[in-house]
Amino acid sequence: MDLMTNWMSAGAEIFLLAMVCAILIADLLIKQSGRLVTYMLAQITLLGCSLITVGTHENGVVYAFHNLFVDDLMSDVLKLLTYLAMSMMLVYSRQYLTVRGLFTGEFIVLALFAMLGMMVMISANHFLTLYLGLELLSLSLYAMVALQRDSAIATEAAMKYFILGALASGLLLYGMSMLYGATGSLELGVVSNAIQYGVADKNLLVFGLVFVVSGLAFKLGVVPFHMWVPDVYHGAPTAMTMLIGSAPKLAAFAFATRILVEGLQPLVQHWSGMLIILAVASMAIGNITAIAQTNLKRMFAYSTIAHMGFMLLGLLSGGVEGYGSAMFYAVVYVLMSLGAFGMIMLLSRVGFEADTLNDFKGLNQRSPWLAFMMLLLMFSMAGVPPTVGFYAKFSVLNAVVQAGHIWLAVAAVMFSLIGAFYYLRIVKLMYFDAPESHEPIAVGQDSALLISVNGLAVLLLGLLPGALMSVCAVSVQQSLLLH
Amino acid sequence: MIFGFPIISVAIWLPIIFGVLVLSTGDDKNAQMARILALVGSVLGFLVTIPLYTGFVADTSEMQFVEMHDWITRFSIHYHLGVDGISVLFILLTAFFTPIVVVAGWQVIEKRVAQYMGSFLIMSGIMIGVFAALDAVLFYVFWEAMLIPMFLIIGIWGGANRVYAAVKFFLYTLLGSLLMLVALIYLYNQSGGSFSILDFHQVAIPMNAQILIFIAFFFAFAVKVPMFPVHTWLPDAHVEAPTGGSVVLAAIMLKVGAYGFLRFSMPIVPDASHYLSGVMIALSLIAVVYIGLVALMQSDMKKLVAYSSISHMGFVTLGMFIFNAYGMEGALLQMISHGFVSGALFLCIGVLYDRMHSRKIADYGGVANTMPVFAAFFMLFAMANSGLPGTSGFVGEFMVILGAVKANFWYAFAAATTLIFGAAYTLWMYKRVIFGAVANSHVAELTDLNMREKLIFAVLAVTVLGMGLYPLPFSEVMHVSVNDLLVHVARSKLPL
Repeated sequence: MDLMTNWMSAGAEIFLLAMVCAILIADLLIKQSGRLVTYMLAQITLLGCSLITVGTHENGVVYAFHNLFVDDLMSDVLKLLTYLAMSMMLVYSRQYLTVRGLFTGEFIVLALFAMLGMMVMISANHFLTLYLGLELLSLSLYAMVALQRDSAIATEAAMKYFILGALASGLLLYGMSMLYGATGSLELGVVSNAIQYGVADKNLLVFGLVFVVSGLAFKLGVVPFHMWVPDVYHGAPTAMTMLIGSAPKLAAFAFATRILVEGLQPLVQHWSGMLIILAVASMAIGNITAIAQTNLKRMFAYSTIAHMGFMLLGLLSGGVEGYGSAMFYAVVYVLMSLGAFGMIMLLSRVGFEADTLNDFKGLNQRSPWLAFMMLLLMFSMAGVPPTVGFYAKFSVLNAVVQAGHIWLAVAAVMFSLIGAFYYLRIVKLMYFDAPESHEPIAVGQDSALLISVNGLAVLLLGLLPGALMSVCAVSVQQSLLLH
Repeated sequence: MIFGFPIISVAIWLPIIFGVLVLSTGDDKNAQMARILALVGSVLGFLVTIPLYTGFVADTSEMQFVEMHDWITRFSIHYHLGVDGISVLFILLTAFFTPIVVVAGWQVIEKRVAQYMGSFLIMSGIMIGVFAALDAVLFYVFWEAMLIPMFLIIGIWGGANRVYAAVKFFLYTLLGSLLMLVALIYLYNQSGGSFSILDFHQVAIPMNAQILIFIAFFFAFAVKVPMFPVHTWLPDAHVEAPTGGSVVLAAIMLKVGAYGFLRFSMPIVPDASHYLSGVMIALSLIAVVYIGLVALMQSDMKKLVAYSSISHMGFVTLGMFIFNAYGMEGALLQMISHGFVSGALFLCIGVLYDRMHSRKIADYGGVANTMPVFAAFFMLFAMANSGLPGTSGFVGEFMVILGAVKANFWYAFAAATTLIFGAAYTLWMYKRVIFGAVANSHVAELTDLNMREKLIFAVLAVTVLGMGLYPLPFSEVMHVSVNDLLVHVARSKLPL
């Protein structure tokens, strides 16, 4: 493998790293009033990354850096979507952060470092690469949650996030060390082959698998490893919550598929059973607990838990249908989650967070357009057609039924029904109740445009979901070498 | 299809596009424009459906006016539309009621006019889509999308307890729909990768699976019909909905449930349908008799008509599940007739409510003295609701009873009690509201119908009488399709 191929396949990562360092230094020379320059530089970096990712795309699967790194269709698609999500996140949060004095170079640089972590996770072909990416992402996020130094609740959230995150990393590493002990390698393909054809100690493997799955569940935030999610979502400034709740879910999907499908496929009968328990428990606890929340960010935290449970259903069903539907679900979820948190930030003002249910009362009378966008997002999260959220649920359910788990599908739709209640409650508040304040909503033009695009995308992708579905299916098919 | 012109698509999308236009007129400053635009859209929407009837070939059960395009190729889901003798009349019924609802809400709706009119237009298009869809996923999308505008209509413009009613309506119907979704996905996998409803009709399915599928469909459709014991959302939703909402609910939305039984349950799982027909008949008869008695006890006019709707829909499901031509055709005619009659009755109550802001029977009395024209129209619709010969209400009920006699005398006996109960609760309400001395000063101040209201009632009165005196134009289009359905249902689909 010559040097050029290595560099080409990791071109976007290398470019990003260089640019982040440049931005970090450039930002030192910029006054607070000129922070927009840093912001624009970050957006240009994202654009550059996408050009490089598209430009260096090659058919088939390319391994680089002694098989530590992989460049395939799935990684390219996921990376492009990650750039898009990050770019949207920056647009949504600019005004919100500016009025809170958090629109600093640190925020942008940390966000980009987090993205670098995600990209490494997405392209990892080795347990250590995966771990490296994960830690880069997590450490950046810990710092971002704590960025609002004078907020006790944010600091508490960061502390919780850090401690539980460290514990999860520990579990993951411990599990990996056992897999290494059993198979003698940390490269995903080699591990898989060693399990399939070798004489690896089954007990040790399964023991390691339990730790790996637990660590994974921690990072995904699924029950029973979900405790950190509501506190972090609630405590962090909304911009950081949006970052945690959006693009990293794509990386988490990649992380889960790389480990479970590429690395541990021969143990599928063991891990799919574990995932069933995790998925059902997440959908149950996530949806039921969300009903009791009055804080919107906490509610969305529990809703995330439920959605991740639903995504796991796709993973455990297996095959192109299963993995493709899980990827589609993750992509759709990111789109909806960006819109929902974006709306919270749009309605927030100086010294005021629009993050309780009551802040949405009577929104239809204050701004019919924003209310309509939120309506689309909420019905999409509830999985009601003609929004794209329905097709996400539909394709996962199809995979589940195809895998023969009809009762699991029935359970999933029953929990979705419970979930529909709290999304419906937001629509109810916006449309049926009288507003508590008649203060005009001051919305920046860029974020107003973006929320419209975001909401309409949920509707239009719902009317014509075929293309995105096919992209997801084709990319997992090519990348995971399934037939 | 005439000259390749996609009539059904136009019938679906024209009201939706007009609905979006109406919505875009914005706030209540442009209310008049929103009303006019809505009227134009709804009238055009009705006119475009007329070729569906005039161009309909009545001597085949094949799908007509078929449109088929790829939609989601990955799951071989198609944009597949078409009508047969069972669905064509419902499309016309839906399009017929939209202008009526728009006109009925002309003055009464004062706040957020554009949103009100827009919701009804969009819903009209979606409901036509439900009746015309021949692809299961397309059907499901329309079926669920229907919930969103109705939810908003009840919740925004409804009565005092509207929020409770709206949420109850939504969650009840969603429960049924989600189970149906699982059943549809199962059928997709059984049929070897097709979502076409017509392909589902041919799939062989083992008995235990048939029964589970039937139950899943039952939840979806029985909630919408609504059948006893999942009917409890209906009185709440009806009472709290604005007049237009009640009309659409009663006239059309209840019919999609019954239509679902005909299009899905019976042809897809015929063995389970026969096996469980006893249960269905029992539930239908409970609805007819018990709910009829419940209606007798109501003190709220809207609730009374709501319960009467459930009782009449019990007749419809009874007619379907006795599996003979009289019953099935009677059920379909009863559905159409009930659409006109219950719609008209809700409009009558709406007229009174707009003037008095009360739905309590006790608040009225002697209305005939102040509103003679109204009293005459109300009389006609009340008679039709109790199944008087010469009105549309008689035809369907008579045929269902005829069919029931063939199946089992006691079914017919129990069903025929509705002729007594129906007359009792309707006419007793009529007597208390319309006749007698003028009850109070509010009634004394009532003004009779204005031109707009007279027009609506005249159109409905002509239809109700016309259908009662000469039902052939309605029954001839459905004849072949119904017979074909019965033949299909009589064949077992158990795998050999």
